[in-house]
Amino acid sequence: MPSRLTLMAGGAAAFVALLTLGTLAAVIARAGGAGWPGVADWAALRFTVLQAALSAFLSVACAIPVARALARRRFPGRGIFITLLGAPFILPVIVAVMGLLAIFGRSGALNGILGAFGVEPLSVYGLKGVVLAHVFINLPLAVRLILQGWLAIPAERFRLAAALGFGPRDIARHLERPMLREVVPGIAVTIFLICLTSFAVALTLGGGPKATTIELAIFQAFRFDFDLGRAAMLAAMQLVICAATAALAARLSLPPAFGAGLDLAAQHWDAASPLSRLADAAAIGLAALLLLAPLAAVIAAGLPGVFRLPLAVWQSALWSVAVSLAATALALLLALPIALGRGRVLEITGMLPLATSALVVGTGLFLILRPVASPASLAMPVTALVNAVMALPFCLRALIPAARQVEADYARLADSLGLTGLARLRYLTLPRLRRPLGFAAGLTAAMSMGDLGVVALFADPDRATLPLQLYRLMSAYRMEDAAAAAVLLMALSFALFWLFDRGGRTDAAA
Amino acid sequence: MMKSLMIAGLLLPTALLAEDKPVLNIYTYDSFISEWGPGPKVEAAFEAECGCDVKFTGSGDGAALLARLLLEGDTTEADVVLGLDTNLTAKAAESGLFADSGLKDVAYDLPVAWDDPVFVPYDWGYFAFVYDKTKVTEVPADFEALAASNLKVVIEDPRSSTPGLGLLLWVKSAYGDKAEEVWKNLADNIVTVTPGWTEAYGLFLKGEADMVLSYTTSPAYHLIAENDDSKAAAPFNEGHYLQVEVAAKVATTDQSELADRFLAFMVTDGFQSVIPETNWMYPAVMPKGGINAGFDTLITPAKALLYPAGEAAKVRDAALAEWQAALSR
Repeated sequence: MPSRLTLMAGGAAAFVALLTLGTLAAVIARAGGAGWPGVADWAALRFTVLQAALSAFLSVACAIPVARALARRRFPGRGIFITLLGAPFILPVIVAVMGLLAIFGRSGALNGILGAFGVEPLSVYGLKGVVLAHVFINLPLAVRLILQGWLAIPAERFRLAAALGFGPRDIARHLERPMLREVVPGIAVTIFLICLTSFAVALTLGGGPKATTIELAIFQAFRFDFDLGRAAMLAAMQLVICAATAALAARLSLPPAFGAGLDLAAQHWDAASPLSRLADAAAIGLAALLLLAPLAAVIAAGLPGVFRLPLAVWQSALWSVAVSLAATALALLLALPIALGRGRVLEITGMLPLATSALVVGTGLFLILRPVASPASLAMPVTALVNAVMALPFCLRALIPAARQVEADYARLADSLGLTGLARLRYLTLPRLRRPLGFAAGLTAAMSMGDLGVVALFADPDRATLPLQLYRLMSAYRMEDAAAAAVLLMALSFALFWLFDRGGRTDAAA
Repeated sequence: MMKSLMIAGLLLPTALLAEDKPVLNIYTYDSFISEWGPGPKVEAAFEAECGCDVKFTGSGDGAALLARLLLEGDTTEADVVLGLDTNLTAKAAESGLFADSGLKDVAYDLPVAWDDPVFVPYDWGYFAFVYDKTKVTEVPADFEALAASNLKVVIEDPRSSTPGLGLLLWVKSAYGDKAEEVWKNLADNIVTVTPGWTEAYGLFLKGEADMVLSYTTSPAYHLIAENDDSKAAAPFNEGHYLQVEVAAKVATTDQSELADRFLAFMVTDGFQSVIPETNWMYPAVMPKGGINAGFDTLITPAKALLYPAGEAAKVRDAALAEWQAALSR
């Protein structure tokens, strides 16, 4: 029943467009037109694009060796390590920044070690700090997505390569590079767009007004100048950049032609040389150091206080889990039809949420919904919905390549068997998409946990989400409780991610 | 008949009764209504005497609060807006969304004279650089000494936070045309500029900076709630910029009388005694029993700096441009 699928995909895309473009239109309508960016805004645009491009490039460049090492090595704790890798991505920004500073900050561990050797302290603030933080946050995402690409190369191809006496260079040329060509452009663009809308990271680590991003300019237009028109204009600029880069990525990425395999665990005969062992160990070791040391710092700071947390924080935790589960269900409902529907317009629409300004979406929704219902009474559905849509691009990143491969490998067979509609979905598509589906669900659940309540305009005064509660603790000087709440948040995000992701991996003999 | 009505009244679930009470909608900033803010206690105290139901709606900080009100315009449900400061009142008054408070002859304990007919102050504090006494021994006595020192400070961005804007106006009011020069000299002392107070204070406590832009009252929290007397605010010779937080009645309110009562309640002990140890600011009217002795240990600036509301709005943009130019190099 392709027509029903097309319909659903169109519906999902239209919904996403409403939430991204529709909210922007609502803000423009209210402002009575779009404003024009000033000189400072153009400078902000330049800095924003520069830091986002650098962050995306470095994240992907560092992720490739790590993903390869993880694809071809088996070691105790590998599974938990891969799961742990996801943590920086799902932490609330402020917590991630604090963890990072515990290692790289002025009085962080690194400067402590350097100081012991009489080396001048390094400053992390400025463009380098912004890029470091973005790599810290996004490297894990890149590793996970690229690793999926590696695992999707059928084991038979590696077997054949070994039989043909391929060396590492041949394998890279015939198997790995075509796979990377397929997945890397999309991942790079995704990370570029995440960093494009960076606000708190860029501001906190940027060191000063040189590090002004577009998102900050939007913030300023909204609440400093009360200039909705200029805010809308800047938000539109972000969307244009998003659409353009997403189109470019779609053009750059080529579908691979590995064919189907029998889902065996791949053996990597090429990786036996001592040199490659050393390289892989170094890649994994460095990634572990960069990613896990700040996490350890966050845990060490907060763990002792977790069980002394006030009741209100636990209530918020429950509430956040409920919101997050609702968001996950919604995200999958939106993502599946779009991923299966294919088509460039659908795909680009699915990327739009990445480049939308949370502030503009919130304000637009507020303008649209307020005449209909009281914003506070919509807190739960709106938060779940916006979280779902914000996570959609990540779900698509995981689902689209896999869905394409299923079609490439099995479409003819399924067609010839007359396997269509729901039956095809149930017996072919869903089982083959299990791993990326689990990953997408886990990611959405965890991201939704860590999100700062999306929009303050819809806050329910009686029910704060856990990240909002964490922020409130900090605003009330209660930094120790806040550190403990951060550990609780991390543990919960993590548990959700692990449950879903594991559910999706049960068939993989990895 | 009367009797049976009374019995019926007793049997009615309290939830139903609550619906009969008039509702007073108060918009405020988020930290006011948090578990640890003044909101819950203020709500209970006013509800005990007003026979009404107080409903707080929190949104971001003071500037976000005003932005929301401007967005809602005269269709707003707010009866009272609580949490603007003197840097925002000009814009707020200009919107025409607020009505006169009608409050007269309140004996405010403010460092400045107060005669605004619309905005009623409920607390105040001085901006100041807070440091750790065990780590900083040579405390700068003004901005120039700070700029000449090797001390590292973390400040907030004036475009996204109220303390950041306060600092901008502090330097401008103290140095006028020389403000840009002062910022240029301060540039190498500034570790980073954060989006809000929360991030800045967090970085300071993590040891990322020697000093943080906060309030003279911040050390009181550490002293009273944590029994830690290591934090102090540095007194500056130029004087300290003042932040006065205010509330006002919304002109379109359908609970005008209740709103008036709330504003009057706001300057009495029931509200004012809650402020010091929840908002960690000075009460606008000193409660009869005084406030925690911990506040007596704080520095008291000799000179209060404050632009009148209209002027703050005028110098703001030029001061911001200077700040950006000086720190962008």
